[in-house]
Amino acid sequence: MAYSDTAEPTRRDFLYIATGAMGAVGTAASVWPFIDQMNPSADVLALASIEVDLTPIQPGQSVTFTWRSHPLFVRRRTPVEIQAARMVRVEELLDPLARNANLPENASATDENRLTPRVGGQPGTAPMRKAEWLVVSGVCTHLGCTPQASTPTDIQGDYGGWLCHCHGSQYDAAGRVRMGPAPRNLDVPPYEFLSDTRIRVG
Amino acid sequence: MAGPSIYQPKSQFARWMEARLPIIGFTYDFMAYPTPRNLNVWYAFGSILVAFLVIQIVTGIVLAMHYTPDSSLAFNSVEHIMRDVNSGWLLRYMHSNGASFFFLAVYIHMFRGLYYGSYKAPREMIWILGVLLYLVMMATAFLGYTLPWGQMSFWAATVITNLFSAIPVIGEPIVQWLWGGFGVDNATLHRFFSLHYLLPFVIAGIVVLHVWALHVPGNSNPVGIELTIDDKVPFHPYYTVKDLFYVALFLIFYAAIVFYSPEILVTTVNNTPANPIVTPEEIVPEWYLLPYYAILRSIPNKLIGVIALFAALITLFFVPWLDSSKVKSARFRPTYKIYFWLLVVDAIALGYVGSHPVDARLFNTAIPLVWIGRVATLYYFLHFWLILPVVGRIEKPSPLPAGIGKPAPAELSGSVR
Repeated sequence: MAYSDTAEPTRRDFLYIATGAMGAVGTAASVWPFIDQMNPSADVLALASIEVDLTPIQPGQSVTFTWRSHPLFVRRRTPVEIQAARMVRVEELLDPLARNANLPENASATDENRLTPRVGGQPGTAPMRKAEWLVVSGVCTHLGCTPQASTPTDIQGDYGGWLCHCHGSQYDAAGRVRMGPAPRNLDVPPYEFLSDTRIRVG
Repeated sequence: MAGPSIYQPKSQFARWMEARLPIIGFTYDFMAYPTPRNLNVWYAFGSILVAFLVIQIVTGIVLAMHYTPDSSLAFNSVEHIMRDVNSGWLLRYMHSNGASFFFLAVYIHMFRGLYYGSYKAPREMIWILGVLLYLVMMATAFLGYTLPWGQMSFWAATVITNLFSAIPVIGEPIVQWLWGGFGVDNATLHRFFSLHYLLPFVIAGIVVLHVWALHVPGNSNPVGIELTIDDKVPFHPYYTVKDLFYVALFLIFYAAIVFYSPEILVTTVNNTPANPIVTPEEIVPEWYLLPYYAILRSIPNKLIGVIALFAALITLFFVPWLDSSKVKSARFRPTYKIYFWLLVVDAIALGYVGSHPVDARLFNTAIPLVWIGRVATLYYFLHFWLILPVVGRIEKPSPLPAGIGKPAPAELSGSVR
């Protein structure tokens, strides 16, 4: 007989399970390349960092660059915008985390924590000067549209930062979400100041 | 398809063939399929849908002979089809408008099922396979909409793929896996083309199961009672002719759009090449997805909005068990009939809300459209999860006839009164 009804497991039972298990592992191992091929390929992952010259950007302006095939906002904030952003208490925010790749993950979303760590910290740097520069990803954290920047001449939304026309999310001048379906603040990418007028992102 | 064959091979060849590959007998039985003699125009949409699946596959295969799925070339290859390829403009307009008419037909087909209770026992599997077909159709249409690589193509792909980023923890890796990068890009376009070519054949496969499941219990009918063989006629020639007539009528309507107003359903923004840096002022999906888009936007929380969107679709699978009424056809369900038409109005209202900007107001009044969207979303879920189960229990159906064109049996109608 091909099988037995004895209570004790037989050699045949063992072979049956072992074969089945090997078959399952083998199937999983052969299916994996077909799934994994859809993940970002080596050339996409190797996308280089970009350098941005800050000189041409005027106060109140938000300029869009491309980084990792996504828009990147570099905003030169006016003193009024900086002050407004600093007046906001963290408890009022929808997302209390800084979302700053240059800081620990649990950093709170104060205006300072949305900038590079050097700002206001190191001796010899002028804090107000660097506080002008906000560098954030231009991808709305809701469904990935590019929000439109609010400038003194073209006001978008009620919080002086960005308004996403797709589904109505609004961000303030520190790129923090203040209203709408977006769950997170705009991401701050890893970047550093190479000089006073030059940054490298990525 | 169900039961032993009634085919009697007559020639020597047919007998030889029948003993080896009984394809003639299968076709014979298929065409002799007993069909209720009282099916009205709304039952012709199954045949119309088959016609459109064929149109989409045939036009799609020839379009793929001229299209290039590379992000730097895709937009221009579509322009090449429109301007240079012989009859290319016609094939593309047939394909793009064909999708719209495919959905128009499927919506009528689905509402017919809801009106006449076609999903009720023993026809639950037909309905479930139908909902599955509808979902795969939506996926196929979405993938196809990305291929011209215009502004709306690009941003629709971005928004829809980002729906998956709402999933906690694994959302982000899933979205990057779908994209093959950090955003919608060349890798995304290539795979979307490959899948857009594949899925219609998956649809065709599920259609076979859908029709198979139909042929076991047989068609439902407008009266909604199970019929005897005396009330049935063979599918051929009765319904081949009747359905072909309606297919022709529907095709006239389709041809009028293809030839005289081919861009009426297209957002003009999509005639601009994709630009990953600039989102268009307003993103709208194709009209057939607008109700779900309105449901997504009516909820000001990302995760819950996405859950509501998918819940609205998944709900359809449960309809055969949510509807508690034993009476199938709405003809004999005075209360349900009212709610059915409310659902139709609700779907249209959701579509209207979805087609307008998120901060729009209703007809120059002060009422924000998003609130209309919220009420309509609420009704959508209430209709299926509350009204269908409750109405079936409390409603007094009017007496059912004993057969087509026969009065209700006296004792039954007496007891209902």
